[in-house]
Amino acid sequence: MSDVTSTTKLEQAATKAAVMNQLPADKESLGQSPLHHADFASAAKRGAQKGGIHLSELALLGHLTLRCDAGNLEQLAAVEAILGVPLPLTPLTSVEKGAYSVRWMSPDEWLILVPGLEAFSIESQFRDAMPGHYSLVNSSGGSTVLMLSGDNAVELLQKSTTIDWHLSVFPVGKVVSTLFAKSTATIRRTDDQRFELIIRRSFADYIWLWIQDASLEYGLVIEA
Amino acid sequence: MLHIYCPHCGEYRDEEEFHSVGQAHIARPLDPEACSDEEWGEYLFFRKNPRGLHHELWVHSAGCRKFFNMTRDTQTYEIKEVYKIGEQPTVVVQLQAVSGAQS
Repeated sequence: MSDVTSTTKLEQAATKAAVMNQLPADKESLGQSPLHHADFASAAKRGAQKGGIHLSELALLGHLTLRCDAGNLEQLAAVEAILGVPLPLTPLTSVEKGAYSVRWMSPDEWLILVPGLEAFSIESQFRDAMPGHYSLVNSSGGSTVLMLSGDNAVELLQKSTTIDWHLSVFPVGKVVSTLFAKSTATIRRTDDQRFELIIRRSFADYIWLWIQDASLEYGLVIEA
Repeated sequence: MLHIYCPHCGEYRDEEEFHSVGQAHIARPLDPEACSDEEWGEYLFFRKNPRGLHHELWVHSAGCRKFFNMTRDTQTYEIKEVYKIGEQPTVVVQLQAVSGAQS
């Protein structure tokens, strides 16, 4: 094994010490989604109930960015043992198991979404079990997830991106990192007419405004 | 708009997802301390600006964020090939043809 893929005991101890639970210890301090001000909960009640675009937010999930060596079988086995599902090694694919989902981001990078309260324990398991040289960063605070569905969801994406959304080239499970209305987004097809948008926290309000504008002609239904 | 094939994602994407980083295959001098000012200046500042084939470094900045090389015709904008870092281009200027044309 080369120097790059092996770590000393001291380095392993250091990476373990670096892990920190980002959630506050007292249960009363609640996290806020970057779309907190949009108040999807009451918009779902008083807004339109029929329309071509359905939008909901999966707020406060755990976002873990894993970088490791796709050729290192020990690392791949460790990831599979923790998540219960192997890393998707084929470009632009994703896998899902229960509440966990893993997206291919780059030849040596994956984005793992887990329930928000589990992020710390998953991260700790990685620190205990992952061999060799790797990086795992809890980037939960940096982005949020929007679910876009409805009969006109593809039309809205066609207006906002340069990607070909036809099912023959963009099947269910495919994931792309691209520009959505000029801001970076990771978009995954979870069903024929259902898409998952992972967007930057700082662009969340802009994209919320964009989606409202882009869905004017179809009708926008907010789901809590 | 260029339609660019990313060798890491394995598919064509629009130019807006990419950034051009400039000339490819610029080797850093192995011993910078031993360089003359002229050699170091050449390495730092002087770049080719050919009419015709050019080997460029590009990055898929909005996608997989990986760098790759591209051979492009600066006259026609035609992309001849893309290849990963560390690989050598297969489409190159035929030196004999050029020197033949000059003589």
